[in-house]
Amino acid sequence: MKRKLSLSSLHILLLIIGLIWIYPFIWMISASLKKNFELISSGLKLLPEKAQWVNYARAWNEANFSGYFLNTVIITIFTVLIILVMCALTGYALARVDFPGKKLFILVITGTMFIPKGYTIIPIYIIIKQLGLLNTLGGVILAESSGAHVLFILLFMAYFSKLPKELEESAIMDGCGFFRTFWSIMLPLSKPIIATVAIMQFIWTWNSFFIPFVFTLNKPELRTLAVGMYSFVGEHSVDWVGMTAAATISLIPVIIIFIVFQRFFIEGVSGSVKG
Amino acid sequence: MSRLKIITEKKSKPYMSLSPKKVANNKTLRRKRIWWAYLFILPQLLFFLVFTIYPIVMSYVYSVFDWPGIGPLDDFAGLENYTRVLKDPSFWNAFKNTFIYMAGVTLLLLPTSLLLAIALNNVLKKSSVFYRTIFFLPVVTTTAIVGIVMRKVFSSTGVLNEFLMAIGLIDEPHNWLGSPTSAMIILIVIGAWKFFGMMMVYWLAGLQTLPKDVLEAASMDGCNLWQKLRHVIVPILLPVAMVILLLCVSSSLHVFDLVLTLTGGGPYYSTDVVDLYIFRFAFNPDSGLPSMGYASAAGVVFGLAVFAVILLLGWLIRRTKQS
Repeated sequence: MKRKLSLSSLHILLLIIGLIWIYPFIWMISASLKKNFELISSGLKLLPEKAQWVNYARAWNEANFSGYFLNTVIITIFTVLIILVMCALTGYALARVDFPGKKLFILVITGTMFIPKGYTIIPIYIIIKQLGLLNTLGGVILAESSGAHVLFILLFMAYFSKLPKELEESAIMDGCGFFRTFWSIMLPLSKPIIATVAIMQFIWTWNSFFIPFVFTLNKPELRTLAVGMYSFVGEHSVDWVGMTAAATISLIPVIIIFIVFQRFFIEGVSGSVKG
Repeated sequence: MSRLKIITEKKSKPYMSLSPKKVANNKTLRRKRIWWAYLFILPQLLFFLVFTIYPIVMSYVYSVFDWPGIGPLDDFAGLENYTRVLKDPSFWNAFKNTFIYMAGVTLLLLPTSLLLAIALNNVLKKSSVFYRTIFFLPVVTTTAIVGIVMRKVFSSTGVLNEFLMAIGLIDEPHNWLGSPTSAMIILIVIGAWKFFGMMMVYWLAGLQTLPKDVLEAASMDGCNLWQKLRHVIVPILLPVAMVILLLCVSSSLHVFDLVLTLTGGGPYYSTDVVDLYIFRFAFNPDSGLPSMGYASAAGVVFGLAVFAVILLLGWLIRRTKQS
């Protein structure tokens, strides 16, 4: 009896904290449907007098969030694809083949995580500039997929090394070459890892700010949602409801993706502590 | 049984048919596999060399040049950039703020996220996914956008003031982001709120490694939650806790998006952090040309400082574990 009582009081406590926890998002959505003067005068009331969808139209069309949305989608999809391909290939080679230099390769890519790197964004910026890709979506995509994705490589490697050897041998018997074995037999089996990597990278890239900000400084039309938001506030500092409408447009996709696929995401994050 | 058979068969095969042709065949097959493996790691290796190794080397090289980022790299400056960084009071101001932020976030997060993780893992098993989703939600949202939304929430006409006035705690609105101390506190609170879910999931992963029977035995012996925490959970979790602590420290030392969008480093540079300080020199100079060399030197100095902190933490933790 006492246990039950304390359990429900714990529930009540957590529900109250949880409500405060996500209140900023609730407020954001509520404000995005109000009029500007209403936002100031209505105090703590969450429901708008009349839903102002026109705020969304203003953010989408006039403030060019439709363009920012498209840029973000393009950058995110290509970055996820590049990283998926690179990490799956690397993880497979490391898991299935004993090639000379394998230990060294793993040692070096994990080792660079722990050394003081300095301010590496400047050299990356210079490389992208010399490639002539500054202020292009391609430059942002390249910079976003840069570096070694150690966690993802290790996830693929662990998964591929667990698959039985007989599987590969029977594929060879059937006349599959190395690439065919990988592409049509092993890769389809690694769907859970593909999903984890894709979801995690999707969320990171969607949310990334620094790289798209620095790499599109002189090309406003190439801004992503996050960068667009930052400059929107600088340019239209009084339109707070338009700002919250734009923020809602930017956050809703990533929140939905997370809620639907959270299992994969949480597993990936947990993997980084265990590993 | 059948598995064993396959293995023994495989082992005996090469010896059974030692025709020279087969051996040669096997050898070319093996060599072919190795070439395929090299081909497979090639894209990642290229990306790694071009976008990780080269930038690390070059950030050290740039730091000894006076260089605006364009034109030839020919104005060698020796250690001058370094002495200028070390003598600049605004660098040390940003340095101090970064460490205050890190300490604040870490102290707030470590105990609270562990408590909630234990509650979710041991008490609220059925509804843990529901709560996990809620408390993790801020982690997946865009930091830069959260910073902008929060700027409004904590402004003088914002929701926090409305609420505090409605319950009678304050009489007139306070500009929370307008005074140095409260701006830093708000920054820490929002930073902690944003990262809390991540820490909670790290702890949950760590708690999965706890042996259940030991905990049950402790309960049978009449240990309360505190005793269990002190004598069973914490000692077993210590290695995981160390990883979590290091992740929290190193990520909060590199706070950037949130500061730029929430306070811009103000008021009066009271929330300026090192990554923002470096950014201003490299990409957003107040006047004239960017100073890529100086920014690189500041980056190297701070990188070494972070490295030292992490080494020190690792050493401290190892010592407490031994005693």
